[in-house]
Amino acid sequence: MYRYDSYDQKIVDERVAQFRDQTRRYLAGELTDDEFRPLRLQNGLYIQRHAPMLRVAVPYGLLSSTQVRTLAHIARTHDKGYAHITTRQNVQFNWPELKVVPEILAELAKVEMHAIQTSGACIRNITSDPFAGVAGDEYIDPRPWCEVLRQWSTFHPEFAFLPRKFKIAVNGATQDRAVIQCHDIGLELKRDAAGEIGFRVLVGGGMGRTPIIGSEITDFVPWQHIITYCEAILRVYNRYGRRDNLYKARIKILVKALGIAEFKRQVEEEWAFGKDGANTLTEAEVARVAAHFTTPAYAQLPAEDAAYAAQRAANPAFAAWARRNVLAHKVPGYAIVVLSLKDPSRAPGDITDAQLDQVADWADAYSFGEVRATHEQNLVLADVRQSDLFAVWEKARAAGLATPTFGLLTDIICCPGGDFCALANAKSIPIANAIQARFEDLDYLYDIGDIELNISGCMNSCGHHHVGHIGILGVDKNGSEWYQVSLGGSQGNDTSIGKVIGRSFAAAEMPDVITNIIDVYRAQRLEGERFIETVRRIGLDPFKIGVYGDAAIIERKQHA
Amino acid sequence: MPKLIKNGRVIDDAAQILVLDETQAPEALSLPEGPVFVPLAVWQAHKGILADNKAVGVWLDSHESVEDLAEDLDSLSAVALNFPKFTDGRAYSGAALLRTRYGFKGEIRAIGDVLRDQFFFMQRCGFDTIQPKTGKYSDAQLNEALASLKDFSAPYQAAVDQPEPLFRRAQRAA
Repeated sequence: MYRYDSYDQKIVDERVAQFRDQTRRYLAGELTDDEFRPLRLQNGLYIQRHAPMLRVAVPYGLLSSTQVRTLAHIARTHDKGYAHITTRQNVQFNWPELKVVPEILAELAKVEMHAIQTSGACIRNITSDPFAGVAGDEYIDPRPWCEVLRQWSTFHPEFAFLPRKFKIAVNGATQDRAVIQCHDIGLELKRDAAGEIGFRVLVGGGMGRTPIIGSEITDFVPWQHIITYCEAILRVYNRYGRRDNLYKARIKILVKALGIAEFKRQVEEEWAFGKDGANTLTEAEVARVAAHFTTPAYAQLPAEDAAYAAQRAANPAFAAWARRNVLAHKVPGYAIVVLSLKDPSRAPGDITDAQLDQVADWADAYSFGEVRATHEQNLVLADVRQSDLFAVWEKARAAGLATPTFGLLTDIICCPGGDFCALANAKSIPIANAIQARFEDLDYLYDIGDIELNISGCMNSCGHHHVGHIGILGVDKNGSEWYQVSLGGSQGNDTSIGKVIGRSFAAAEMPDVITNIIDVYRAQRLEGERFIETVRRIGLDPFKIGVYGDAAIIERKQHA
Repeated sequence: MPKLIKNGRVIDDAAQILVLDETQAPEALSLPEGPVFVPLAVWQAHKGILADNKAVGVWLDSHESVEDLAEDLDSLSAVALNFPKFTDGRAYSGAALLRTRYGFKGEIRAIGDVLRDQFFFMQRCGFDTIQPKTGKYSDAQLNEALASLKDFSAPYQAAVDQPEPLFRRAQRAA
């Protein structure tokens, strides 16, 4: 993974000093709340229900074991013994005191970490495929490009006060695992006819209050020009994005208002000036960064480890975990392991300090010292030998990190919600836990098969409910918490936005509602048909009948 | 006399910023004595007279485009860009455009809700003159605030103050 040189280190060290001074001036009354707010947000610091919440950047989800140990130390020392993996591959601490945040940042800087631009109206952490470099369907490794973009966007002076937040995601595999269609800029690595690397660029996607799938602004930008092209997009947005209404300030609203053709015209007019300028990438720089992402020292192994097959045959619990949480690796004899953070007794994405330390140890012992965070709020050991899988499983199981439900109904994406977040309209964690408790039977879960259930506690959509096969959104009705259900959303190559099925529900109704939806699927599915495919084939009406009874449909038809 | 930061130093400055209220039409020009920044509308109404007056600069609000001044830059020695709120970042693009696209060599002044924690970004985008609101900072605080111009010693990306990105300026360790 990328290691800092003296320049990178100096920038994060100077950031620590800057924020230390800003915090001092705030606590001394020299900075007002309004003046301090954007400064702390651009350092990932929110003021939440209980305490400040600190969001630490995990660039494109990559962590070293050393960094994981530092996160464990911070959780133990400055928090209540746990951390939370976010839906943008970052890490959050829910309980640090404001006055110790500069100390936390200093500790992070020692292990090449920071909280720069993890919030605020600026370019946020670049996200990517958690299986980058190890997935069999990858054609170009996105990580060097993410790092190049990270450096370009860090403290970009022109784009520190955009109309609203700005998120960039990069994918370089056949399957999109970075949700690039729902980002302000989505970058798809590709090659042109001559074999040269470049990017297909999507713009104006996003979730939030107005979910929109990104539009293609160009089908190919040669790699040298990706920074200047992004700068042109950002400059048009910075100048002409709406600033009068927070809810209409994202770039998707500008793109929609202008239309993609006119937006593209403005961007390319701007780009004509910036193209070939100093920010044009050089081969030397890309090679320098790419050298940090070389293939680890894989052993020559048989494609199928005989002992691994025997262990699966002998141990059904191990076999179940291997079937769900172990994924194919591009190198023979190796596997990708998903360490589940979806134990039903905890909030989805939460991990304790002790677990973090253990994960760091396993990374060192079994996976070249690296860990990845996923936007689905799990951790990944990307390079495990098949012959080590049983040992990893035994340890993970003992630590509560081997819930064998990756990609199943209870592998829920869930924002912190009303338990922690000051923005939330409703709690989300108890809904997730209640659904997990209802669907605890593994055979039943396996029978339901691949499905994505995502929960957001408010319209900001941190829980990605718009792209959940089943999406749950917390809403406030006259001061009480209600939950709206949508169906048919999807991430990945065939990204779609879910449709709301009808009136919302009280929290206590939610497990029954999900059961009813699943019952309709099980009754209607064709052989081998996944949940999302059934929804697309039969539409929402059968599910509405299953959830609300015939009355809902009759009423709707009468109004139609 | 009010103080501001110019080229990294605190200096006295007498320039006034002419703001029209609703009752004043741009056509009804009455300039105060001494150096002054006039609104774009006044400039456009009186360009012919004002162009030779080196004491006159133009200020643009954040919704006004630097393109509207592009033809006139040869006859201007100073342009001020207003930050109605410090979180309104349009003037960063405006300053960068004046310097890089239109080659403006005169003074570019940040006015309005100008705070020390943004000085670094302003300088990087081509503001050479930074004028916090009168009374915002004491003389001592303004001197202290000079430190914010040096928050980061080696930024990554190319900008007006450092036209080469780090990867072109430095031999970086592989």
